[in-house]
Amino acid sequence: MPRIPTPPLPKALQPKPKKPAESNGEVHTYPAPIDAGISVVDWLDERTAMSPGLRWLLWRKVPRGVNWPYTLGSATLFAFLNQAVTGVFLAMYYRPDVSGGAYESIRNINDNVFLGQLVHAMHKWGASVMIILIFLHMGRVFFYGAYKYPRELTWVIGVVLVILTLAMGFTGYLLPFDQRAYWASVVGININAGGPFIGPFLSNFLLGGADFGATTLSRFYAIHMLLIPGLMAALIGAHLYLVTKLGISAPPWIKADPQHDGDHAPDEAEV
Amino acid sequence: MPDRHREKKSKYTLDRNIPGAFEGETVTRRGMMNLVANGAGAVAAAAFTLPALGFALAPIFKRQVWTWQPVGTPEDFTEANYVTKVVNITPGIGEAGNTIAYVRKRDPNIDTEPEDQYNHFIALSDKCMHLGCPVRYVQAAERFICPCHGGVYDFRGMVAGGPPVRPLDRFYTRTNETTGLVEVGPRYSVNNELQRFSPRFPGEPINGIGQFLYPAQFDTASPPPH
Repeated sequence: MPRIPTPPLPKALQPKPKKPAESNGEVHTYPAPIDAGISVVDWLDERTAMSPGLRWLLWRKVPRGVNWPYTLGSATLFAFLNQAVTGVFLAMYYRPDVSGGAYESIRNINDNVFLGQLVHAMHKWGASVMIILIFLHMGRVFFYGAYKYPRELTWVIGVVLVILTLAMGFTGYLLPFDQRAYWASVVGININAGGPFIGPFLSNFLLGGADFGATTLSRFYAIHMLLIPGLMAALIGAHLYLVTKLGISAPPWIKADPQHDGDHAPDEAEV
Repeated sequence: MPDRHREKKSKYTLDRNIPGAFEGETVTRRGMMNLVANGAGAVAAAAFTLPALGFALAPIFKRQVWTWQPVGTPEDFTEANYVTKVVNITPGIGEAGNTIAYVRKRDPNIDTEPEDQYNHFIALSDKCMHLGCPVRYVQAAERFICPCHGGVYDFRGMVAGGPPVRPLDRFYTRTNETTGLVEVGPRYSVNNELQRFSPRFPGEPINGIGQFLYPAQFDTASPPPH
């Protein structure tokens, strides 16, 4: 079966040629711990054939001129991971109970749980950080023209991710269930109802009935922690696949180099 | 794209020399198995998707029950001032299910809308018709004032200023013959002529074309037979 050609290993990982003085006919062996590690990796690779894929994903060629704004995408990804991890642990203490339990459980997280205030604050402020980062990332892609052919689909998926991130902010805002959370959500749901024809039905769906009721909070909770995060994880996967597949675009001020047409300077590729 | 140079296959299995073919048979085993396997997959997927979807969407179609809550005796209310009463619109969820009704006696001199059995007492909802914040009645100014975006309503609940799109919602009221108490029923919305409409969300104008842009919802309580 023909194999897909794999990109070369980076220089640092290529086996070094032996110095003339060392090659005295002995077979080179690794110390036992390293040898064990190699066996484990080999065992895995023999069964999954993962290494070409990993090499394809991790050691990519990067155009000349990439700079700090190029890191905003990964920064957004890390903000998302922060939200996911802190969110999972907050869910261990949170109770989506409308008749006082939700507010009480948040108060318990803040006042009694070890590091609860920190984890809650990481989730709360991380939400704002993620929204700021995702818009900066969007601005970088827009102003560098990186959304152009062949990266339109990456852009479209990114825009859906922006919308989902805002939906996360909206549904998460209700969960502390204090006065601010309640009234902000009431106002948000009513803005939503202002859309002609479909708006009122959408608001009924969000409320789980005609008025703010027993299921509204659990609905927001389920959307916030199950529905949208699942969707976002899948879309982030597709987004990253496309980024890897299509490569990163050079900044608009980098002119094509006729001497290295279609080639990239390998020494400047390390970022 | 079909290949124009290839000879078209006959649709009859007999003509294609398939073993065990019947006279007039057009469905091959492969075609049949494809249909059955994909069909079974579709049935299985629908079997969990449709109930889940119906489960999530059901509240849109739920109808509310028409309930009456006593708020006081007829002597508690005057024509000149509003009395603040807490009424429950969603039972079972504690304070989050409560709302406020501002109640007064109907004053024929200023209440020009036609009188019927449901408006001997005027009960206004505290929901601002801009975006749903709670309005507060200020007796000195005889105005309802919204803290969020500055909506102002006059003594009858008509818009006097700010962003609200229609007068304050109202509640049906009645005097219970057996107990003699004033009771508050479901909420209804009104347009600028104070005509009754089934309850709409705040921010939805129902004057003129608005009543068609924002149609009545399925969850509207229908008036009881009296």
